[in-house]
Amino acid sequence: MKYTEDHEWLRVEGDLVVVGITEHAATQLGDVVFVELPEVEAVVAKGDEVCVIESVKAASDILAPVDGEIVEVNDALVTNPGLVNEDPTGDAWFFKLKVDDLSVLDDFMDEDEYADLIG
Amino acid sequence: MSDLKRTVLHGLHDRLGAKMVPFAGYEMPVQYPMGVMKEHLHTRAAAGLFDVSHMGQVILRGPDVALALETLVPVDVVGLEEGRQRYGLFTNDEGGILDDLMIANRGDHLFLVVNAARKDVDIAHLRAHLAGVEVEEITDRALIALQGPEAERVVESLAPGAAAMRFMDVAVLAWEGTELWVSRSGYTGEDGYEISVPEVRAEAFAEALLADDAVAPIGLGARDSLRLEAGLCLYGHDIDETTTPVAAGLSWAIQKVRRAGGARAGGFPGAERILGELQSPPACTRVGLRPDGRAPMREGTALFGGETGGVAIGRVTSGGFGPSLEAPIAMGYLPPALAHIGNTVWGEVRGKRLPATVTKLPFRPATYKR
Repeated sequence: MKYTEDHEWLRVEGDLVVVGITEHAATQLGDVVFVELPEVEAVVAKGDEVCVIESVKAASDILAPVDGEIVEVNDALVTNPGLVNEDPTGDAWFFKLKVDDLSVLDDFMDEDEYADLIG
Repeated sequence: MSDLKRTVLHGLHDRLGAKMVPFAGYEMPVQYPMGVMKEHLHTRAAAGLFDVSHMGQVILRGPDVALALETLVPVDVVGLEEGRQRYGLFTNDEGGILDDLMIANRGDHLFLVVNAARKDVDIAHLRAHLAGVEVEEITDRALIALQGPEAERVVESLAPGAAAMRFMDVAVLAWEGTELWVSRSGYTGEDGYEISVPEVRAEAFAEALLADDAVAPIGLGARDSLRLEAGLCLYGHDIDETTTPVAAGLSWAIQKVRRAGGARAGGFPGAERILGELQSPPACTRVGLRPDGRAPMREGTALFGGETGGVAIGRVTSGGFGPSLEAPIAMGYLPPALAHIGNTVWGEVRGKRLPATVTKLPFRPATYKR
């Protein structure tokens, strides 16, 4: 698993990158009550706002961690946003990205580096 | 948070694992480890303890103090019986709202509870305008609210006499020899109490309440979602110096005796405009809104009469998610022509217009013991 500075986790699944938010992020957000997912087949650039997450407290975005094409989204989050708090690194993945070259993930933090970031 | 004031319960909040945030010049608990959603639902199901010591407590004394206060509020204070409390509003010369407050008749004096962010303004306002009235800010007492269906049982177990009180009664009760100033009221739509307790005994009293299994500490996050479901205004958001009591849907707080034709009609700041609006409605009025989807419409969301085109005709003043309703809810202002229950308006969220239905307030009926 790799991690971004925006508290997303990235997991390689075949030739796809699965993206979710970390447990730390889910805790900071508080109870999630609304998730808006991107369109499948959308072509996104690194830094694009691709998802909206709203907790009881506030709204925030998930940014595309790398360039790619959205090939699958997790519709279960739309009907059950609370999944983000229950299982942020498992069932509550947000979308799967098809990227040109999986080596782009080398630039991201590993688990130890991320643990240092959140202290 | 070094410039922020702390309430006397700060140490307790720390021990309970609260996340503290700045609010109205104070460092206050926004949530405890339970989290906003569960804290909200716990209050509706059992009892929630709130530290509201940041709010202002003020005693007014003097001959004809009730009549004097009526020069600043459009409320029947003279007719308020001893042992009773009433909702009030300080108005300005333009008919806007300087603050909302609670006014209690405690026999030889009036006791006011005002908003934390406004207490300095309010006290200066009282001192400037009430000649012959002694204005005493109470700074040695904390204020603790216990709200929810179990509140009556819990407070009665510590301070006998609480259960016999009705909604908006005030009484002095004793807890282990400590004098409690108790009102049966709150800011959640639930039955419950607000209890003024000497600071030196406040932590012990809060601990005694928390010792009951039904009681959990509740932060400002759930306090906000609870009051929003109850359709209650938050000063600085739903009401302010530019909103009049009539526009805010608070005409019920202006008793007949202070209205045109009443024995003590007018005589408060902005009376001409406010009493005029009771006859011919203002340009905008406060409404409840139920967004049709799951996306919350937050404060500031622009409201439109149609799905496309047109200019904004109103805005959301409080909005979020109602845990008891399991749906987003909001309050905002709309022109009267669009404010009828069941009407559809559109709120612009992240560039998209989403439909919302004008809904009767409160969203959830109150459970006061009247």
